[in-house]
Amino acid sequence: MRRRNIWLCSAAALAYAFLYIPLIIVVVYSFNDSKLNAEWVSFTLSWYVALFNNQEMLTAARNSLIIAVCASFCATILGSMAGLAMNRYKLKFLPILVFAPVAMPEILLGVALLLFFLQVLNLTLGMFSIIIAHTTFCIGFVAIIVRARLQGMDESIFEAARDLGASPWLTFRLITLPLIMPAVVAGALMSFTLSIDDFVITFFTKGVGEPVLPVQIYTMIKVAVTPEVNAVSTLLMLLTLTMIIIATKLDSGVLRLETKK
Amino acid sequence: MIRNGAKENRVTKWLVSGPPLVFLLVFFVTPSLIMLFTSLRFPGEFGGLAPIISPTEAAQGEHGLTLETYQLFFSDILYAEVFLKSFIVASTSTLICLIMAYPLALLIARSEKRFRNLMVLLVVLPFASNFLIRIYAWMIILGPESVFSHFINGVLSAFGVAPVTLLFSPFAVIVGMVYVYLPFMVLPLYTNLEKHDPALLDAAQDLGANAWQRFWHVTWPLSLPGVFSGSVLVFIPVLGMFAVPDILGGTGDILIGNLIKDQFLGTRDWPFGSTLSIMLTLAVLAITALSTWLARPASITKG
Repeated sequence: MRRRNIWLCSAAALAYAFLYIPLIIVVVYSFNDSKLNAEWVSFTLSWYVALFNNQEMLTAARNSLIIAVCASFCATILGSMAGLAMNRYKLKFLPILVFAPVAMPEILLGVALLLFFLQVLNLTLGMFSIIIAHTTFCIGFVAIIVRARLQGMDESIFEAARDLGASPWLTFRLITLPLIMPAVVAGALMSFTLSIDDFVITFFTKGVGEPVLPVQIYTMIKVAVTPEVNAVSTLLMLLTLTMIIIATKLDSGVLRLETKK
Repeated sequence: MIRNGAKENRVTKWLVSGPPLVFLLVFFVTPSLIMLFTSLRFPGEFGGLAPIISPTEAAQGEHGLTLETYQLFFSDILYAEVFLKSFIVASTSTLICLIMAYPLALLIARSEKRFRNLMVLLVVLPFASNFLIRIYAWMIILGPESVFSHFINGVLSAFGVAPVTLLFSPFAVIVGMVYVYLPFMVLPLYTNLEKHDPALLDAAQDLGANAWQRFWHVTWPLSLPGVFSGSVLVFIPVLGMFAVPDILGGTGDILIGNLIKDQFLGTRDWPFGSTLSIMLTLAVLAITALSTWLARPASITKG
């Protein structure tokens, strides 16, 4: 038994190393005073300075923040409703509609929405189309977290409220909402993170107008790699890591949710 | 609930489930149907689509509906090859993920309870960093001037093998895929392994089973549902992925996703792009059905 544990521990340690070393390298090179991501020269903050003087990057960051706030707001409301509905009622179609956009390859949703926006809505692609697209796939994540929280609860508290004469709305406001609040906030933070990170769906629904962060990073990687990419990566990592950690602290169901994406 | 009136209950039901249902019908179901419809149309002369009904009788060009794109798909072996290659890349990535994730998931599941959440969080955290950044990290590691590349080529030259380029190769594509989707494999496996009753292993040991036998006859068969759900969670996104081959792959490393992307943003042949997307959807549905069938309870007790 003991020998096997050593094998298990070393295999697991390797897996953790595999997960973390690449990210550590990105962060370390963001402080490296060399144009090449090859060897360590000396410490510098010049890539961060360059980043904050890059007007297009700042616009892209602002746009992505606006998109993430709007999309996570819509997805949180619709997703919480979906989570509540799926927990309380036997619904046939809603669960399929909620989970399918999460489970299928992102490119399919991107393509379908591109065709829909251009052909049916005759929309000029831009911030609005991205917000809609992000809301569509974030609803599922919020719904999963909210439903998971409701599943662990004693149904009788809701019935007790109703027996005492509370209307459905009052029951929701005084009992259900406070109970699911951690899950709702965690879902909102998750959606925010997913939205600001999403590349594939954004790539298809963004059109030619406003720059957005993931597509901007993609262009930088494809066209000219400078450690500015490392700098923006490090900052973005800091932001999303904070959000995920807060989300996990609020509701540990988030850890289960991650299995879906 | 019934006491308060069935009618009121039904109103509440629709008030709660209605808005997300309508939103998803409009922005998910309709777009998917549009995609199906688009695959049956002719491409326009300058990209996009040809009109369904020709504006004037004398107008040139094709219009109406057709199965032409499907014929094209099945007539050219190139597309079958790309699909086959995508399946190979997806299977390889899934298998490597499984091999790497299993010991990790097992270790977490057998750790003390108070450490488990932290260990799971450590698996999830890298996933929280931007998807492109995680791919980009491997551009640095596998780049020709990197320490890793020098090391590998140093070892190879010691054996008299010519130096290799790691970046822009199928190898880099698979490394990237495994890196991006490894957490998807760890979490369902852990969720499954955590529920195993340790008494089963004790019983097996009392009956004289060694460590390997205990794993192969007890833990592994019981973990199959977790293996299947993790495999699906890795296989499906890898199958449709275009960004990893786009960034880490060479010119020949084209997968289904790259083909679809090119139809929409390169050559602008929407009908054929939609056809490819429909084919990918069918593949995904088939895999989901297969895994559901494999993971059905009967096969677990049999295993």
